[in-house]
Amino acid sequence: MLRFIGRRLLVAIPTLFVVVTVAFFMMRAAPGGPFDSDRRLPPEIERNVAQRYGLDRPLGEQYLDYLGGVLRGDLGPSLKYKDKTVLQILRENAPVSLRLGGLAIALAVVSGMGLGLAAATWRNRAPDHGVMALAVLGVCVPTFVTAPLLALVFAAWLGWLPSGGWNGGAAINLVLPVLALALPQVAVIARLTRAGMIEALKASHVRTARARGLPERSVILRHALRSALPPLVSYLGPACAGLLTGSLVVERIFNLPGLGRFFVVSALQRDYTVVMGMVILYAALVLALNLIADLLYAALDPRVRLT
Amino acid sequence: MIRLAFGSARRAREMQQAAARGRSLWDDAWRRLRRNRAAVGAALVLAMLALAALAGPHLTPFAYDEVRKADVWAPPLTGGHLLGADALGRDLLARLLMGLRVSLAVGLAATAVSLVVGVAWGATAGFAGGLADEAMMRVVDALYSLPFIFFVILLMVAFGSNLALMFVAIGAVEWLTMSRIVRGQTLVLKEAAFVEAARAAGLTGPQIVLRHIVPNLLGPVAVYVTLTIPAVILAESFLSFLGLGVQPPMASLGGLVADGAQQMELAPWLLIFPSAAMVATLLGFNLLGDGLRDALDPKGD
Repeated sequence: MLRFIGRRLLVAIPTLFVVVTVAFFMMRAAPGGPFDSDRRLPPEIERNVAQRYGLDRPLGEQYLDYLGGVLRGDLGPSLKYKDKTVLQILRENAPVSLRLGGLAIALAVVSGMGLGLAAATWRNRAPDHGVMALAVLGVCVPTFVTAPLLALVFAAWLGWLPSGGWNGGAAINLVLPVLALALPQVAVIARLTRAGMIEALKASHVRTARARGLPERSVILRHALRSALPPLVSYLGPACAGLLTGSLVVERIFNLPGLGRFFVVSALQRDYTVVMGMVILYAALVLALNLIADLLYAALDPRVRLT
Repeated sequence: MIRLAFGSARRAREMQQAAARGRSLWDDAWRRLRRNRAAVGAALVLAMLALAALAGPHLTPFAYDEVRKADVWAPPLTGGHLLGADALGRDLLARLLMGLRVSLAVGLAATAVSLVVGVAWGATAGFAGGLADEAMMRVVDALYSLPFIFFVILLMVAFGSNLALMFVAIGAVEWLTMSRIVRGQTLVLKEAAFVEAARAAGLTGPQIVLRHIVPNLLGPVAVYVTLTIPAVILAESFLSFLGLGVQPPMASLGGLVADGAQQMELAPWLLIFPSAAMVATLLGFNLLGDGLRDALDPKGD
């Protein structure tokens, strides 16, 4: 087990390194720089600014410098937000995104599994057809369609919920963004649960449980569900990647002060350090979640041996 | 992979039986597909959408980029605008048809990129086996675990959005799954008797891959292609939504939705019609893909 984690970390570190390198040089290869603006600065000032952030030195040197900083846990200062370090920006804005993402994944897992269970239990009957239709729709209707439509109906037309804003994280402001973020994941999780349960209900240990006269409820919840879980767990990594992309859209539409909004804006403004910080954060998050998913998978399925 | 493996063995058996009855796997699949009402409906809708995207822009009374001050935010069915007009008085129907054309074109082109790369990579890995296979699939695993869309965003931001770059960027993301599917199939096919026969006849590795492995991959690849096209359209729309994809005045479905979302309280039709077109397109491809999968996999009922 420890050896497995160690091996995975040994793979993860070079992966992160490649990510950092590619992102670094891609940003630098882009035309334009962080201090370009409509108003041309006098060349002396421009030189001074570049010197202050070390942008006047050879690119290779800057790269090594940056890598050194990352290893010491220093992501550097933001080039656009004065007097803020990248770490400060991440620390201030990540909680919003994490809260959104956490709530969305919780909602997706609970309702997705519930729907999937219902569909598998009443297979080929009304609940199943309903859930499958929903699953297809959930996959086909992207977040950037659902989010504005939800805002249009529930905020603009019905006036039940606010159309955007964070408002200190008030529950009423969270309903629509979390719903929009969760819907595609609900669809996939419901589908996976249904497929897993249909397989599991055919398995011999479930037949045994039935033969022993256990109530249907406990057959489904305690015996079948357990063997239907592994594919769900391994979907955890992709699901979180999906949430990340979704958050870019949702935070923009509902005007939320999360990290998602920063990414595109910072990349457009050539705020090199902020973009790099976010790439590192996201990549580390996805790699960590994939590792956790694999560990959970092995814990659920004793046949899987971690080596 | 296991599922595919079994499916393929069954398919081989079915093929033998079909040969005895004088019916090919493809005939069977075709009949099964025609019985699937959802898939047939989806195919019809897609055909209509494709026709509209091809011919539509030439038939509308307005050009997609024709700015008319008098028609700013004209509601549907007014001023000759069937679906209304946008903030610059441009006809929504014309823009929608153009956007559909662009989105479908991007979907097909980027899927073609992912198809070529994915099939080449997967077939090579599966056929070569051993260390090469291991190394090539590790690369795929490593790429899988990255939030790839961020790289696509960086790429588009860094080098400006042009269509060719977008094909390459999106295609580069989508080939991963394709290569996994192809590799799994190749591993099964490699053991087939006709490959052994080809080898005995003195064909080289590349020849066997091209003439015997790739043609037999057609089924699963066709399924995955129909499912990749909507994924690509989705990715393109996502980029356009963020303002990084197709640039105005050119339209794409995602760009139109983004446009509509910004002014939905003033002009809800600008959000509703593009959203509907987007959902119809994605739904069509997904249902057709599901139908094809069921049709080509006799195991499923």
